[in-house]
Amino acid sequence: MLKIENLQVKLEEEDKQILKGVDLTLEPGKVHAIMGPNGSGKSTLSYVLAGREGYEVTDGSATFEGEDLLEMEADERAAAGVFLAFQYPVEIPGVNNMTFMRTALNAQRKARGVEELSAPDFLKLVRAKAAELEMPAEMLKRSLNVGFSGGEKKRNEILQMSLLEPKLCIMDETDSGLDVDAMKLVSEGVNRLRSPDRAFLVITHYQRLLDHIQPDVVHIMAAGRIIETGGPDLALRVEREGYAGIKAEA
Amino acid sequence: MASDTNRKAAESLLAALPQPEGEAGWVRDVRAAARARLLEAGAPNRRDEYWRFTNPARLIKPQPAPVAEAGAAPVEGADPYPGVEAHAAVFVNGTYRGDLSSDGAPDGVAIAQLSDVLAQDITIARELFGKLELAGHEKVLRPLAMLNTATAREGLVLQVTGQVATTLHVSHRQIGDGAAMLRHLVRVESGGEITLIESGHTTNSLIEVDVAPGGTFRHLRVSLGDQAPTVSHIFARVGEGAVFKSFMLSADGSLTRNETVMDLVGDDAVGHVAGAVLGKGDSHIDNTIFITHSALNGESRQVFKNVLTEKTTAVFQGKIFVRQPAQKTDGYQISQSVVLDDGAEFLVKPELEIYADDVKCSHGSTTGALDPDGLFYLMARGVPRRMAEAMLIEAFADEAIEEIDDDALAEAMRDHVRAWMASRT
Repeated sequence: MLKIENLQVKLEEEDKQILKGVDLTLEPGKVHAIMGPNGSGKSTLSYVLAGREGYEVTDGSATFEGEDLLEMEADERAAAGVFLAFQYPVEIPGVNNMTFMRTALNAQRKARGVEELSAPDFLKLVRAKAAELEMPAEMLKRSLNVGFSGGEKKRNEILQMSLLEPKLCIMDETDSGLDVDAMKLVSEGVNRLRSPDRAFLVITHYQRLLDHIQPDVVHIMAAGRIIETGGPDLALRVEREGYAGIKAEA
Repeated sequence: MASDTNRKAAESLLAALPQPEGEAGWVRDVRAAARARLLEAGAPNRRDEYWRFTNPARLIKPQPAPVAEAGAAPVEGADPYPGVEAHAAVFVNGTYRGDLSSDGAPDGVAIAQLSDVLAQDITIARELFGKLELAGHEKVLRPLAMLNTATAREGLVLQVTGQVATTLHVSHRQIGDGAAMLRHLVRVESGGEITLIESGHTTNSLIEVDVAPGGTFRHLRVSLGDQAPTVSHIFARVGEGAVFKSFMLSADGSLTRNETVMDLVGDDAVGHVAGAVLGKGDSHIDNTIFITHSALNGESRQVFKNVLTEKTTAVFQGKIFVRQPAQKTDGYQISQSVVLDDGAEFLVKPELEIYADDVKCSHGSTTGALDPDGLFYLMARGVPRRMAEAMLIEAFADEAIEEIDDDALAEAMRDHVRAWMASRT
């Protein structure tokens, strides 16, 4: 589904190489976790895949279902099925949460040549999905992410993910800022979306999210490269030995 | 004392316009005094501090009055207030056209023609005409308002005695060139309430509004794609517990200068002035506001949002002037611009002058591009760039539009913003 080869990325504004040759292949139906210390390039990888500006790809490639992902605008990637759950969802005053979601869903449907959802049909859909995440209806009426608590923001991300039904879900530190209950709700939301034709890339510092979202493959990233790949037990090893031990071994 | 150049320009301006005739003695006195004041002040010049950001050259080009058009109704684009039911008063080339206007007047307001009123001795006109304008030059002279007092003969005289449920729509239409000078007088009596909305083009318009204690005056103006230069003044006096609220949407005017001069003379008076500017091409739109707090516990708000593209210039000069007795004043001012192209600019001069010691006054101003994080967030969900920009811009402009009390009028303004966004190439 996603094939990343020797991806090298620097910041556009300064001469700072962040990704130094990332290789990663994701298959449908699998949950891949990327763990790594701060500054290892995990978030940059997620931004580059989602199409954020400000990065320059100096070498390598990323293909999504055979298409050159890096050539596409952010909205085209979304329409193709790539979704990034933000570590820090952006607050946008004056843009109504529900209007935004409907605009996004219908823009994607239009791009795919699927008929747009009517307002009543959308309302029915969003209410059902919000109820699964125990989100009060009032949150849907507010400005996008404005005044939301950390947990509410993350739930709003998962709500968007479940509405947009992407093929590839990239989750950037979704566990940051979540208490135990919120983590459980968010994880359940993610687990409901697991399916044979959907892939997940879960980026996290800590093992604890992976207790709730069981990964199939775990990668360790350090200094802009993936230095180790293994099964779920690799995450447990990180917990025991820290990144330092694994780095030394690699 | 004006320079020779400014004085000569003032003479030329006056010479180009016809002298009003057949008016009452008191009107002749007011006119003569205004002429003398204008010649003393001189026409504005770009070297004047108050015109530093807006070159008045095209506004002081002497022009004769436009030819009166007695023919059929000129068609001028779509209704700027679709879906808003209103009593219409139509002026074509600066002259009232009864055949195009609604008959009679809505309940609660008496409507007269300025030209009729100025031929007689009518108290309300005597109390307003030239009086509020004359009082509005403290700290800074406004010569183009003096020109209006010296020469404008057409407009409405409104006396609002009740709560007028029907909105009054004053529409100014122009065919061909010429200086259309309009002057409206409004007196809102205690407990009276009216909404006045304007559309179309005038060369030089001036409204004097006197809101008596407990009265409410709401005003809205839409200017779309005005190719000829235009200057407008509103001079408002707001009494005890009275409310004045104005909103102006100015899109793509080649040279637009709107001045609002307001004095909160009664305790607990409220004055809000808001606006949205949408600029493309090489348009130049200037909102200049001067709010004076003269009494206790007044509340004033200035909220302006500008969306600037291509080579547009937006100007905001906003002043809050608090006299010593105006304790407990709450004055707020914000002016913000989103600049979408390198060639566009926002020139801003916020000013506070405060002589009372127990007040709350604040001002803020920002200029910048659209928030790249917000744009990326929307696009990452599949919203195409242009649509994402439009969503952010609508949200931005909405912070000014929200100042409008009437939902239907606010929605009409949102429609204009959306249509303007869609028209961007």
